[in-house]
Amino acid sequence: MTRLGLYIHWPYCQAKCPYCDFNSHVVRSIDMDAWADAYLSEIKQLSEITEGRVLSSVFFGGGTPSLMSRDLVARVMDAIRSAWPIANDWEVTLEANPTSVEADRFAAYRMAGVNRISMGAQALNDTDLRRLGRLHTVAEARDAFAVARDAFDRVSFDLIYARQDQSLAAWEDELGQALEMSIDHLSLYQLTIEPGTAFGDRFAKGGLAGLPDEDLAADMYELTQRMCNAAGMPAYEVSNHARPGAESQHNLIYWTGADYIGIGPGAHGRLTLGGKRYATVSESAPVQWLSMVSKSDLSPTSWDVLSADDQISEALMMGLRLNSGVALERLAQLGADLDDRIAPLVEAGFLKVDDQALQTTSEGRIMLNAVLRELIAG
Amino acid sequence: MAQLTHIRNFSIVAHIDHGKSTLADRLIQMTGTVAARDMKAQLLDSMDIERERGITIKANSVRIEYPAKDGETYILNLIDTPGHVDFAYEVSRSMQAVEGSLLVVDASQGVEAQTLANVYQALDADHEIVPVLNKVDLPAADCDRVAEQIEDVIGIDATDAIQISAKTGVGIPDVLEAIVQRLPCPEGERDAPLKAMLVDSWYDPYLGVVVMIRVMDGVIKKGDEIRMMQTDAKYRIDKLAVLRPKMEDIAELGPGEIGILTASIKQVRDTKVGDTITHDKKRTAEALPGFAPSVPVVFCGLFPVDNAEFEDLRDAIEKLALNDASFSFEMETSAALGFGFRCGFLGLLHLEVIRDRIEREYQIELITTAPSVVYHVHMKDGTMAELHNPADMPDMTLIDHLEEPRIKATIMVPDEYLGDVLKLCQERRGIQIDLTYAGSRAMTVYDLPLNEVVFDFYDRLKSVTKGYASFDYQMEGYREDHLVKMQVLVNEEPVDALSIMVHRDRAEQRGRAMCEKLKELIPRHMFKIPIQAAIGGRVIARETLSAMRKDVTAKCYGGDATRKKKLLEKQKAGKKKMRQFGKVDIPQEAFISALKMDG
Repeated sequence: MTRLGLYIHWPYCQAKCPYCDFNSHVVRSIDMDAWADAYLSEIKQLSEITEGRVLSSVFFGGGTPSLMSRDLVARVMDAIRSAWPIANDWEVTLEANPTSVEADRFAAYRMAGVNRISMGAQALNDTDLRRLGRLHTVAEARDAFAVARDAFDRVSFDLIYARQDQSLAAWEDELGQALEMSIDHLSLYQLTIEPGTAFGDRFAKGGLAGLPDEDLAADMYELTQRMCNAAGMPAYEVSNHARPGAESQHNLIYWTGADYIGIGPGAHGRLTLGGKRYATVSESAPVQWLSMVSKSDLSPTSWDVLSADDQISEALMMGLRLNSGVALERLAQLGADLDDRIAPLVEAGFLKVDDQALQTTSEGRIMLNAVLRELIAG
Repeated sequence: MAQLTHIRNFSIVAHIDHGKSTLADRLIQMTGTVAARDMKAQLLDSMDIERERGITIKANSVRIEYPAKDGETYILNLIDTPGHVDFAYEVSRSMQAVEGSLLVVDASQGVEAQTLANVYQALDADHEIVPVLNKVDLPAADCDRVAEQIEDVIGIDATDAIQISAKTGVGIPDVLEAIVQRLPCPEGERDAPLKAMLVDSWYDPYLGVVVMIRVMDGVIKKGDEIRMMQTDAKYRIDKLAVLRPKMEDIAELGPGEIGILTASIKQVRDTKVGDTITHDKKRTAEALPGFAPSVPVVFCGLFPVDNAEFEDLRDAIEKLALNDASFSFEMETSAALGFGFRCGFLGLLHLEVIRDRIEREYQIELITTAPSVVYHVHMKDGTMAELHNPADMPDMTLIDHLEEPRIKATIMVPDEYLGDVLKLCQERRGIQIDLTYAGSRAMTVYDLPLNEVVFDFYDRLKSVTKGYASFDYQMEGYREDHLVKMQVLVNEEPVDALSIMVHRDRAEQRGRAMCEKLKELIPRHMFKIPIQAAIGGRVIARETLSAMRKDVTAKCYGGDATRKKKLLEKQKAGKKKMRQFGKVDIPQEAFISALKMDG
């Protein structure tokens, strides 16, 4: 059986960031007990469906999970531990904003069983943090990082680059600072303007001047790879870098096509049950989700069987993001017949194949969408 | 049967928006020809496109009974003519079918180029012309100035110009009275053999082909056996009627009268505008002068965006051709665009109207290739071939020389924009023939290659003059020039749909502009793409579209899989909408946009 992860979605933020297209909401007050009850109820349900499986990771994502009360996280963690057998080396990650208020809760999260923090630092430049709609300063982020570093063995943080008016030199300087911090995992995302976000609206109206063009964005990406390699933090996925052994086990579940349970508003899951692979998605509006969970006859989650073609597409789309690529064995199991599509892409230097896996070259990874458009049947 | 002395036939000459249709509506309304409850705006413009664009494409007529101040009742026949230069021949036939014209000029705007072209046609037909100043109710109306302009520019007496407002109805009774008093009555011999002009024809879904006629001599009756003198076809008249504007059966039509007939004619193509209709048994000795078969002057390819819609397109084109004999088509295959039709039109407006109707009435999305004129290719062996499509250009070594059609263009423009207009005409290889002023408006006449005008001349003219210029043209025959076929190669392969004919001296400039445009229009691919313009085997311009450098989704986690998969599918669908050429995907808009000359 494949590995199993659990994703828990916390839908609330203190403020909505203008670039964010995740399922996040801002409310005045939150009934922590109601949420604890709902999560517990779902954990019970899903553990029954996945009975006998060993849980190898948990991820609290959001929203801003570091807004969850100490007690809420503790109750959820207790419930998880009694619901599934737990792998010895399990990874329990919680996404946090780097503010002092949230850092105060880090020790308690550690006590509850969280063993990895992923911090949304986003920028090491106060002007840009404001432009990104972030509520913290660089100084606060550095303080929060120090607190996290004391409390947890493993700390990651996110930076967003290719921002408005950001020069290659400015990013080189900023990334250099980040790599000097005592860090074992970095997620480095190029700013993406998503439709339906505040940035998306401004961009559609001709706003957001000074975003880098494709060439500068490519230069920034390539610089990022060089600097991270030199610092001993090579990319293991398109936007994720780690010291060897410090890769996010939970995220590898997504990219390798293993199973994951999704709990919470808008959470997605992929589960292999009885020889079929299911895609699950839950009601995304938080209040709706809560009320559906509280009624025993209503499920907040819909289940769809994925066809072989869907599974092949997902295997390629997710797997080719990793340096390690997609296992040929897995593609063979799904009955993928891709040789005619793969050959010209190998020829052109975008893909490589060995006896284990189909992989993107570094040239192919930076153009993965174009590679996928050639590769995926349709 | 009406007496000749009690018939008046007339047309209305006006620039677009100067109020021709509104005046026609008023004349119909004020004489009680149409009941008030049946009135709608632009009564005589029956097609949606006519109403929408405020233009007339097909001729139409209306018979009005008017009790004049002299106590007699007169029959007034108004022929509503197409106003656009594309239909100049049709206009000339309509003009021959009537004896007089109302020249309607917007008193706040003055004479425009289109007014001129049509008024000259009326003068050519020896019309009595009654000047009418419309929109006198507008604050900007300046009747004295405009009357003076009519005298200066057109050279007709405007002292008795009638001042009206077709909108409010002011002056309409004066117009009706002037038609009776100032326009001549028709002439004709009732006892002579039948001689009638085929003024226009159209397809009616219930009646089949409907023919509008003007009787010159003789009498025509239902059941008569008639002969069309140009096509030499014989028909029996099923129906004879007048339009008021609803069809009203009539027993016979005599000299001077205008009406319609049906005679089991299958296609509009079987009727020729300007043909002479006579009795099969008792024929007239001479056909009416001035007949000319209609000849398309502008050609372009129409291809369905979705190749699967080719049969639907064929169906649409055949249906439209039923009602429009002047529009020609034949199947065309393009390596880039697949199956489509090479279509010939009377001019650019005609092209646009047909294209709009296919897209609108038949809901087929079209790719229109660059319009091309008809070149005369003179071969070394002394033969001459017409070239409708640059793709069909014969081997250069076999060609002695090429000729291209020229036009005489009349442009009227406020003098502050004159410099820009002259510059534009020079850029398009124009030769100035005349430049005169009437007040603050300049009128310039240019000899221009039609080739330089068909594409975007009018758009450019509107943009450099902020819309204040008016433009009209007439064909002026063929002239030899140094013309070459320019090909465009994308990734080393020629793209047939982008081939154009161009003057040798302009080739480098056009080639460079096209390559630059294509570089912007074609999205980056996974490899670099050379874009070249070439004459024969010689490359005259080159651009390189660099390879795509980055296209990757930054974040893709468990919750993103479904969404990103949909996005990829959407991108793939978008790719399908482009035309694949070799390994290169070319977006549809490139086929037209690449040819636009921005300055």
